[in-house]
Amino acid sequence: MTRAEPAILLAHGGGGRLARDLLRGVVLKHFSNTTLDALGDAALLQAPTGRLAFTTDSFVVNPLFFPGGDIGKLAACGTINDLAVSGARPLALSCALIIEEGFPAHDLEVILESMKTVLESEGVAVVTGDTKVVERGAAHGLFINTAGIGAVQDPAPAGAHAVRPGDAVLVSGPIGDHGMAVLACREGLEFQGELRSDCAPLYAPARALLMAAPETRLIRDATRGGLAAILHEWCEDRDWGVELDEAAIPVRPETAALCGILGLDPLHAANEGTFAAVVPADQAQAALQALHSLPATHGAAIIGRIRADFPGRVVLDTRIRGRRIVDRPAGDPFPRIC
Amino acid sequence: MNPLPDPMAPQAFRDPGVAAALARRIRRLAERTGPAALMEVCGTHTVALFRSGVRALLGDCVTLLSGPGCPVCVTPADIVDRAAAYAKTPGVTVATYGDMMRVPGSRGSLDQARAAGGQVRVVYSPSDALALAAKNPDMRVVFLGVGFETTAPAAAAAVLHARRDGLDNFMVLNAHKLIPPALHALAAMPGLKLDGLICPGHVSAIIGLGPYREVTGKHNLPCVVTGFEPLDLLQGILMLLEQKARGEAAVENQYARAVRPQGNPRARDILFQVFEPADAVWRGLGAVPGGGMAFREEFDAFDAAARIPLDIGPAPDPPGCRCAAVLVAAVKPPECPLFANRCAPDHPVGPCMVSSEGACAAHYKYGDLS
Amino acid sequence: MCLAVPVRIEKLTGPATGVISLSGISRAVDLSLIEDPQPGDFVLLHAGFAIEKVDEAEALRTLELFREALEQEGGQEPP
Repeated sequence: MTRAEPAILLAHGGGGRLARDLLRGVVLKHFSNTTLDALGDAALLQAPTGRLAFTTDSFVVNPLFFPGGDIGKLAACGTINDLAVSGARPLALSCALIIEEGFPAHDLEVILESMKTVLESEGVAVVTGDTKVVERGAAHGLFINTAGIGAVQDPAPAGAHAVRPGDAVLVSGPIGDHGMAVLACREGLEFQGELRSDCAPLYAPARALLMAAPETRLIRDATRGGLAAILHEWCEDRDWGVELDEAAIPVRPETAALCGILGLDPLHAANEGTFAAVVPADQAQAALQALHSLPATHGAAIIGRIRADFPGRVVLDTRIRGRRIVDRPAGDPFPRIC
Repeated sequence: MNPLPDPMAPQAFRDPGVAAALARRIRRLAERTGPAALMEVCGTHTVALFRSGVRALLGDCVTLLSGPGCPVCVTPADIVDRAAAYAKTPGVTVATYGDMMRVPGSRGSLDQARAAGGQVRVVYSPSDALALAAKNPDMRVVFLGVGFETTAPAAAAAVLHARRDGLDNFMVLNAHKLIPPALHALAAMPGLKLDGLICPGHVSAIIGLGPYREVTGKHNLPCVVTGFEPLDLLQGILMLLEQKARGEAAVENQYARAVRPQGNPRARDILFQVFEPADAVWRGLGAVPGGGMAFREEFDAFDAAARIPLDIGPAPDPPGCRCAAVLVAAVKPPECPLFANRCAPDHPVGPCMVSSEGACAAHYKYGDLS
Repeated sequence: MCLAVPVRIEKLTGPATGVISLSGISRAVDLSLIEDPQPGDFVLLHAGFAIEKVDEAEALRTLELFREALEQEGGQEPP
């Protein structure tokens, strides 16, 4: 560590004075609200009527800062989005931080500030949390776990059993941006330019979709493994498959360019602010218009449909009107030269 | 008339209307000339033919066979074993193209070596491996040099930079190979009935058209140097069928925007300044005279095999593996008994399944809608 | 073995190095393997090196051939 840059020490996780300083001076500075400020062992909340949605995720992204966001923004959006695509209004989040000894305090503040920005814009608060500090090498700078509860609203997605051949497959915006933006800044690749993660909260678009297409069958955000991963999960072991129209799938030019250079497929690249949905054919246009009316999802598109003739498969109708299978993504994509 | 599309934009070579027109011509010609078997030598062509949908578009009218042009697939397994051994050597870091990470050696892949604590870094360019060596003078960087004439010049240039900059901690585990000798070996194989070769566009950008004249002359095999966009592929196939219809066997260049008849002499000069042709074993073809490269003696200091000797012998092919036969199209991937059951991309037995452009991987990932 | 993509040389940064760009992304490139690289040239990018220049005139010629094929075949797309 150079000079006397403030850094997180093991003692900050120890429960003593330094821990209290970290909590009040850093965490509460960004997350302050009545419930959290009480610093009870548990947050006491008013239970909503109807069903509760409950989700959790851990965030271990490396690098912690990337074009378009950081691990904090990722964590806040990730949990909000899991609730949103389940048809739930996010009510409250928990946030657990596992900080590596020596992590710069300034970086921690920037990350918490990023989370706060998302939470404030979505009207959701962190009501409970935890902070631990681990020895150098035991965490890659910072790990974050968030859990979220939401109130399930009507209409909610019906589920896979409701899918019918002829249903439309939509995507809420261009695909592959997050995965490629993070890959581009890995050591040794160092591509500069317009690539930005698509990391964003999706409650408003998901809600707009469900209101415009009340019989929506499925919505999922297309995170690790990309669009291909969720489509495969959806149709696995079903008596229907998915047909995609390559020309209709939105991909930003910079994302397509990096995929071309590295031999990767945008269908397999991660997204953090984009969802796919299956809606009845006669509600597809309404769903699309609802998404287009929101600035965040002006790039939404109908990209395919459900078909009965290749059950369990995802098939791509290519730009030149040939056909090929879209395979399941296999682990972490390595850039290729071949 | 509409102006032509921007010739530097990839979309210009992906027009569906032109694709349909070329496909129609191909089908009509195939009806006249009878069944044609064409081999795409280059693994990148194998993948492009599948991913673009050209294979599906043409259907049965032409048989497309995948050849041995996948440098990962034809590299004997002991190279992976050597790289893994270097990765586990204290003070040594192996820098490799991503393509090699999941290829099984006889004792696991580089990905597995890394998980077990070995020092392995994925790089996009030999320049990155060089930069790693420059930034870490106490680290010995072994760059895994796999590839054909498209890729080897870059490795040679990196060696020259290392010499110029005094980077004595940079070395190359050399496994580079040369395509033309392998084409001769392939064309001479009994039982291989081919009507033409789809020749590798980017290898040809380096070597030019000359080396194929020997193949055409000696084996009466049409050769068309072809690009990688969908319309390039279709046009290349059409040109081969047209030669068959005329009873010709000539070398033609579909990819003239990137391939000059004389190739790239400067890249070749750099390549052969550092390396010289040598005999090499190609999985599938066996020993190919002049089919590989060796470091010239004056560059021994950059030859990992000379600087860090290892006691590693040739690795046997895994039992039941038919990669050798697949690589020369004696067996089509779905005909291998291990295909899609014991051997699949998540748990590959041989390199043809794990290589990003192995014929088996391509068939598994993109093919067969039946 | 042949993944190479046409990109544009934006500028030179040394006797044999430069920066290339494609659709809004850019990267350092090694130009040792080609003769007389100039900003504005299009080159094939492979493993961080420019391996050959892309000839615009030849590209246009190829596109002309495609256009002829389209016109002669009636220019319809298949069903």
